[in-house]
Amino acid sequence: MATVLEADHVKKYFPTGASKWLLRPTDQVLAVDDVSFKLEAGTTLGVVGESGCGKSTLGRVLAMLLKPTDGSVRLNGVDLATLNERDLNQVRRDIQFVFQDPYACLNPRHSIGESIATPMKVQKTHDKQGRRQRVQELMELVGLNPEHFNRFPHEFSGGQRQRVGIARALALNPKIIVADEPVSALDVSIQSQILNLLEGLQNDFGLSYVFIAHDLAVVRHIADEVAVMYLGKFVEYGDATSIYKTPRHPYTKALMSAAPVADPKIGRERKRIMLTGDVPSPVNPPSGCRFRTRCWKATDQCAEVEPQLVEVVPGHRVACHYPES
Amino acid sequence: MIYFVIRRLLFAVVLLFVVSFFTYVLFTALPTNPAALTCGKNCTPEVIARNEVRLGYDQPIHVQYGRFLKGIFAGRTYGPEGASVHCPAPALGYSFEYHECVTDLITRTFPVTLSVAIGAFVLWMGIGVGLGTLAALRRGRWQDRFATTFSVVGISLPTFFFALLAILVIVIWGGLLDFPQYTGFTENPIKWFSGLLLPWATLAILSASTYVRLTRNGILEVMNEEFVRLGLAKGVKRRTLIIKYVMRAAMVPIVTIAGLDFAALLGGAVITESVFNLPGMGKLSIRAVTDSDLPVLVATTLVAAVLIVVANAVVDILYGFLDPRVREKV
Amino acid sequence: MSTPLISIRDLHVSFHTQDGVVKAVDGVSFDVMPGETLGIVGESGSGKSVTANAIMRLNFGTQVDVSGEIIMNGKNLLEVDDDELRTLRGRQMAMVFQDPLTALNPFYTVGNQIAEAYLIHHPKATKSEVREIVLNAMVKVGIPEPTKRMDSYPHEFSGGMRQRIVIAIALVNNPQLLIADEPTTALDVTVQAQILELIGTLQEEYGSAVMLITHDLGVIAETADRVMVMYAGHAVELANVDELFETPTHPYTVGLLGSVHSLDDSSRGALQTISGTPPSLINLPTGCAFHPRCRFELGENSLCRTEAPQLHAVGKSRSACHLPESQLLQIGAKGGV
Repeated sequence: MATVLEADHVKKYFPTGASKWLLRPTDQVLAVDDVSFKLEAGTTLGVVGESGCGKSTLGRVLAMLLKPTDGSVRLNGVDLATLNERDLNQVRRDIQFVFQDPYACLNPRHSIGESIATPMKVQKTHDKQGRRQRVQELMELVGLNPEHFNRFPHEFSGGQRQRVGIARALALNPKIIVADEPVSALDVSIQSQILNLLEGLQNDFGLSYVFIAHDLAVVRHIADEVAVMYLGKFVEYGDATSIYKTPRHPYTKALMSAAPVADPKIGRERKRIMLTGDVPSPVNPPSGCRFRTRCWKATDQCAEVEPQLVEVVPGHRVACHYPES
Repeated sequence: MIYFVIRRLLFAVVLLFVVSFFTYVLFTALPTNPAALTCGKNCTPEVIARNEVRLGYDQPIHVQYGRFLKGIFAGRTYGPEGASVHCPAPALGYSFEYHECVTDLITRTFPVTLSVAIGAFVLWMGIGVGLGTLAALRRGRWQDRFATTFSVVGISLPTFFFALLAILVIVIWGGLLDFPQYTGFTENPIKWFSGLLLPWATLAILSASTYVRLTRNGILEVMNEEFVRLGLAKGVKRRTLIIKYVMRAAMVPIVTIAGLDFAALLGGAVITESVFNLPGMGKLSIRAVTDSDLPVLVATTLVAAVLIVVANAVVDILYGFLDPRVREKV
Repeated sequence: MSTPLISIRDLHVSFHTQDGVVKAVDGVSFDVMPGETLGIVGESGSGKSVTANAIMRLNFGTQVDVSGEIIMNGKNLLEVDDDELRTLRGRQMAMVFQDPLTALNPFYTVGNQIAEAYLIHHPKATKSEVREIVLNAMVKVGIPEPTKRMDSYPHEFSGGMRQRIVIAIALVNNPQLLIADEPTTALDVTVQAQILELIGTLQEEYGSAVMLITHDLGVIAETADRVMVMYAGHAVELANVDELFETPTHPYTVGLLGSVHSLDDSSRGALQTISGTPPSLINLPTGCAFHPRCRFELGENSLCRTEAPQLHAVGKSRSACHLPESQLLQIGAKGGV
């Protein structure tokens, strides 16, 4: 299989904090700190983590909405940093973004037809007639009534608006879609509809997804590979089945154990790993392993040496000094 | 916090210099020759040229500005030899129109403007916040409709129209008050009060209209906040809830805007002072414009700008004290 | 069977909006028993939060009609005057909100806010007593270094810690009923587990009844004793938690359980869904509100389209569905998890 998207030691830091005097250098939020992965054509990488772990920032870097502070993103083998504005614009068609809140990213004064057509207008790929036709095609594709192209976002439910968001992302025939929490604002019965739609589109068009979510169970349904993020780093990354069956990083284990199970019997019987405390600040992450402050296995070594992401079994990498087996 | 205060004040000082420079340059760049105003009827080209040199108007602008600044800190002597006048620091210039140091003009007119501004401010905050609060608490009822109507009417009425109307109805037809006239507060507080009542009302109506809206919307917004619902769920009395939860939060932005508006008013209420013939800074500025009295114009503009800059700094610092969230961040 | 702590009978709540009358809750009846956890589950717009707010009468500043009965300690809460209501709020019943980031007053220290909750109902308490109570409450909800932290402002705490403080405020007067409206929805999953455990521990300690409102069936499964499922302002099923997950007796519950994602299930592309979208509360379908989305709907002119079903016994549960009992039990057995 061909690699369509590759991240190579990607870092994204944001300056933060007020300076005491006018020009004092400020602190930095290490939002994404040295992340590498490869995404194969037609597959889905699920990125999971709690709020503030950097998963959304990573998504925005991948979708070229943010420039990485360091490292490179390669699309079909081409390093995006080497491209000029014009080529970059051309390349942008291949990666599209789907937002969490479909309401916030649709202009309330534009009909949804206009919203879906915007990328085609900006990239000048279709004339007016062509756009109209393509919009109706896309609406049909995502399960919206094509006759409704003249309606406004407020006339649609959350699930339908997310379909509009997906239709817009598909307008330019992208190869990759980066979806940032695309279903977390939706009701559970609607979530499944959207997930099924995304999978159907993947099968039909050979799309690759980077699917960002905080909900492990949602990612389970759609991902071929999973990356678990904690404070800007991948702590576990690899084949989805392998990770869900035998999570090896203590954090992954804790996350899975914390997720409530919709079955009272299992819920009562299982032993739950209860993490203490909150996620530390990404401005001053703990030394060594960033998870050590909440980890029940932490030793002095964890404070001193930062664990590297190493392959423990084929296709399954873990960054931990004491991985579970 | 202490860093923030110091930094904010330093920034204000820098800003003051920048503002003073641009004010000075802007007015001296006008096509009027200031030297031509020094000699009145006796002007001949020779006299003008001579005065230009004596007053330093022939110098490049940065030299002039330097002298102007030096005058502020050290005082300055103006005018032709023999008839020269010395203005002690802070000297903002010499008006050949009034034959007076500009600083004296300002110290004489500023109390008038201050009196107008303070009274108007108290009145407009009282009406604006009071009516706005009432409207928010009685949302949708007649109190709310009254407040909304008041604010629409107040905003759309031009100041001069309302001022003239007030004079006509209250002074001329009603005979309820004497024609507004400024009396020093120390001289006769009662006359001070009655003489300024109409100007206050005129200014207050306009500003209060804005504050009715600001207050009403602010309170309604805060009422929808979750923490207000939690207060209610705790069993907090409605009165306490409104004061401790709603007003506290709603007033923070209003206080800051009010500080700036007050400062702007201190720079001179041009229209009101003109209509009511009050010898304040606004009137001084207007006359300076019609008379092309550059030194006065520069000085009044500068004083107004300084007031705004200072008010801005004060409001920013105040904000930090009012809102713990801001205090933490700075 | 003991007497209920609170009984809700035929509760109706409607909002007057520019578009029309929104029937947010349309005839709901249920009891909460002392010390139990009643889970109320439903999707957005099902009326679960509105029900909670109606019990606390937190309909501040909105055009709203509430009718029915909410009986607690022999009194109808909808009829008591404001002064009496205030003595109940925060004392007999307390509430935890969804978003801890906005639920605390940003202008006062957390110690002050916990103290206020106590002082309202104990106005004669001395300063040192109140301080003791506040510290104690902060220890109970697991705030480290309470003596230091009581003088901090809400923004200086993380979301999870703020929710702990909201819980401390709710429990400081040892209320009989705690209403938790989506208490963990805004929190991360590891913090959610902490908060749910905390609520459970404190409930045992204080013996309070908890009404837990959530959209998350997983949270329900792990915390509730009994469950009420709501859809479009109606209670569609009321059951013990084991019953509900084992043999759901309403087609909506079956669909809801089917669409839950699970960690163990990797069946790609085969997620069950409920077709369509929830109805508009301004213009509810006639008959059963769920019929346009129901797979088992009995068709034209059937009861499903003409008559609103009422809760009645089906198996060990209560269900509001017109289908015959045998069919409901069959659907539940097949479709349940």
